[in-house]
Amino acid sequence: MEERSIEKIGHPYIPNSHPAVQKEMLKEIGVASIDELIDKVIPRELQYRGPLNLPKPLLSEYELRRHVEGILSKNRTCGDYLCFLGGGTWPHYVPAICDEIASRGEFLTAYAGEPYEDHGRWQALFEYESLMAELLDMDVVSVPIYSWGHAAGTSLRMASRITGRKEVLVVDTISPERRRIIENYLEPHVKIRWLKHDPSSGFVDLEDLKNKISEKIAAVYFENPSYLGFIEPQGKEISDIAHEKGSLVVVGVDPSSLGILEPPSHYGADIVCGELQPLGNHMNFGGGLAGFVATRDEEKFVKEIPYRIFGIAHTVVPGEYGFGDVAFERTSFMVRETPGESKEFVGTATALWGIVAGVYLALMGPRGMRELGETIVKRVRYAIHKLSQLPGVKVPKFNAPHFKEFVVDFNSTGMKVKEINEKLLKKGIIGGIDLSKNFPELGEAALYCVTEIHTREDIDRLYESLAEILEVS
Amino acid sequence: MGVVRLRKNFHQAKWDEPIIFEMSREGERGILVPSVDAEIERVAGDALSTIPENMRRKEKPNLPEVAQVRVLRHYLRLSQQTLGVDVNIDIGQGTCTMKYSPKINEMLVRSPKVTELHPYQPEETVQGALEIIYRLDHMLRALSGFSRFVFQPGGGSHALYTMASIIYKYHQVKGNDHKDEIITTLLSHPSDAATAKLKGFKVIDIPPDPETGLPDMEAFEAAVSERTAGMIICNPEDTEIFNPRIKEMTSLVHEVGGICAYDQANANGLLGYVRAIDLGFDLGFYNLHKTFSSPHGCGGPGLGAVGATKELESFLPVPVVDYDSSQDRYYLNYELPNTIGKVREFYGVFPVVQRAYSWLMSLGDEGVREVARIAILNNNYVMSRILKEVRGADISFPKTRYRVGQVRYSFKKLADETGVTVEDVIRRMTDFGFHLWTSHHPWIVPEPFTIEPTESYSKEDLDEYIEGLKTIAQEAYENPDKVKNAPYNGVIHRIEDMSFFEDPARWAPTWRVYLRKHRGEGVRK
Repeated sequence: MEERSIEKIGHPYIPNSHPAVQKEMLKEIGVASIDELIDKVIPRELQYRGPLNLPKPLLSEYELRRHVEGILSKNRTCGDYLCFLGGGTWPHYVPAICDEIASRGEFLTAYAGEPYEDHGRWQALFEYESLMAELLDMDVVSVPIYSWGHAAGTSLRMASRITGRKEVLVVDTISPERRRIIENYLEPHVKIRWLKHDPSSGFVDLEDLKNKISEKIAAVYFENPSYLGFIEPQGKEISDIAHEKGSLVVVGVDPSSLGILEPPSHYGADIVCGELQPLGNHMNFGGGLAGFVATRDEEKFVKEIPYRIFGIAHTVVPGEYGFGDVAFERTSFMVRETPGESKEFVGTATALWGIVAGVYLALMGPRGMRELGETIVKRVRYAIHKLSQLPGVKVPKFNAPHFKEFVVDFNSTGMKVKEINEKLLKKGIIGGIDLSKNFPELGEAALYCVTEIHTREDIDRLYESLAEILEVS
Repeated sequence: MGVVRLRKNFHQAKWDEPIIFEMSREGERGILVPSVDAEIERVAGDALSTIPENMRRKEKPNLPEVAQVRVLRHYLRLSQQTLGVDVNIDIGQGTCTMKYSPKINEMLVRSPKVTELHPYQPEETVQGALEIIYRLDHMLRALSGFSRFVFQPGGGSHALYTMASIIYKYHQVKGNDHKDEIITTLLSHPSDAATAKLKGFKVIDIPPDPETGLPDMEAFEAAVSERTAGMIICNPEDTEIFNPRIKEMTSLVHEVGGICAYDQANANGLLGYVRAIDLGFDLGFYNLHKTFSSPHGCGGPGLGAVGATKELESFLPVPVVDYDSSQDRYYLNYELPNTIGKVREFYGVFPVVQRAYSWLMSLGDEGVREVARIAILNNNYVMSRILKEVRGADISFPKTRYRVGQVRYSFKKLADETGVTVEDVIRRMTDFGFHLWTSHHPWIVPEPFTIEPTESYSKEDLDEYIEGLKTIAQEAYENPDKVKNAPYNGVIHRIEDMSFFEDPARWAPTWRVYLRKHRGEGVRK
């Protein structure tokens, strides 16, 4: 038998990793050794007994911590640098209470418990749904899913199932990341046709929409604010054009804008999706994402949501609330594969970050969300004002109202965004997203993001740094 | 010997906590946003006027107004009314590998060196994060034999969808238009079937052989044909009987040009002892939030790391992380010629990657195998005792005596003899601080329950849990109503009418809908 030094030490994460207890348990089972037991459950010829060559373990917590911290020390954060990146993950302030609740061991380590012993989890997620419902002014919100991109894919597939139509119109200004997700997600059932934007304002080209809309179109999808930062003001017109042909309207929205911007339900959206990361979740290198899907309380819409929806009910004790799954039969947990069209799937996604988003909205309240929107719009306006004083810089590129992002056009500066960003980095600043690859028609342009965390000094520092870089060139 | 005692005097925290909207008091504030500098104020002026009138929100959202300490208290109370692994012997949520999530790993992911990273930062500023992704990829390669792993999928089902997408794309690239079927088994996770369906495949579910519980080989052989695009299955399935004929199955699928994808949700008892590549799989995933100790978070964020052989590597979602030794630099590589594109924005849930990395670093070769060994030991110990001592409990497919890391049991006998169902037992378990779960649907095993002890629980923990089952089974025979009317010591009592969740006229998926349908109130305050 192989020598197992770990059993002499005893591993702190594995209580039964010591021989005395193993002996007792083996006796109960009626086998002589764990190896014998392994041979009974996995045929020997299918076992692998060679070396795995994993790194030498760091058994003490201290050694492990030193090691991991050593690697992490190579990271420079958006706190070390002054960062103007957005584009799907945004630097917002995360209230301390959000971190406190996210790190509660009970929420952190619970999973799929029943409405009884996990009552708190069910209530927290029901409240998340209910708080988002108010922000969106829509009746039904599901338990969150992986990300905005996935939620958009689902919303479009839902629209296809509801209308029985197989094509969707998607505006071509959406995030390049989301574009690739949606393309893969809709294949092979739903065909995407791309909708042009007006090159001057960035808005949906209504003429193009009118040309392409038809009774074959399940849904029209646009985003507000758009990936490129501008606010799309034609929501009502787009919805009217779509609805006239019996198409649905799906809108992707950044919820941090909804204290000041009309929710899409007010201009005709039938299904709304978006991203929860701005609501109290850290950026986490892009791992802080959680998508939401919302719709009306109509059976034909609700029945097409593939995700879990937690609903409230009464218990046998008057005044006591209980929770449960609304229309559970619609999910792939109940129906493995639907006889007709695919109704997608459900599984582990991002529940904890939904709970955090709920905490965030409860903290912010109606005034907080309004003030968040106001303060961002003011800072953005200030940033635009400052940066437009730079020689050769056009900002914003699009002649439109903006929320927290805007495109800076560097084409007349004679410098490439890549070069500018490299020079900014040397000054301790991470510049905006280089759009030259994904939006080649914009040439040398960058997407800048300003939120409530950016002070006047930060914006002035960006301005001064850019001024130096552009003048030197 | 440790003490084993059923917690007969247990009572879960019961705060009778209102819904957050019921706590609202006009004027209260939870948090303030940063104030605007006077110069910004001056330049920006009435910034809201830049937004077209039709796009300006007229009424504030109807969110509650609650002071900070009240929000904190509310959510802390809700957390206390939740049973996570940290506070209970969580072996009753079978298939979910409810193991201990080490606190040091949690502390490390809360570092600003993790939380405050933006995915589009220049690569030279995120070398530490890229290094961890790269290192974990190589560790998973060692465990599975695959050539490359990606971390974009956010859970097991998402990983299954990713694998179904790769199978779809593979045949598209090969021009195999005739390949439109995916074979799975009825005892594999429902998402194995659902995600294949999503990618347009016809799904063939192989039923278990009623004797052995293993996939019916005759039915499987009949299902494999030129139309077979691939196979997506668990092994072991949720019955946790390892399939000794798995290599025959992968060979048959390969013979007709199909792809074999491995749902490794049940990998805990196999770690270090079974490599996907040796069984003939081309694709496979590991759940980092289950098998690799990242906590489950009430249902995520999780991560299903998808691995592929050399032949299929080019189909993985982009980007992957590579290392340039000449410059000692990690970088994002988007150049995979056949990539399916993306399944999630950016590179996956980085904190989960980091926790899994830390966990493997605390184990090494021997430790990883110790996880599997003890998971198997614990499971067979629990099974042996349940079969001997818990009245009315049986094991599914009793012909196979030993199981890997979990067992699907049945309370059919108990239900037949006492009228007490497994759902009743589950509610009663709450009264002793336990959690128990049934199985995925369809219930091939009647009155099912699934126990997966993992490596994280001591013998005394396991004994205490078994004591709970024994006590309740005995109660079922002596006083069935006691079990049927449970729970008594939980947070809430039995839900009055389950049709509340099925009837569109009555269901209440949000508070506003509840107020309207059940309190006759309008939408707004």
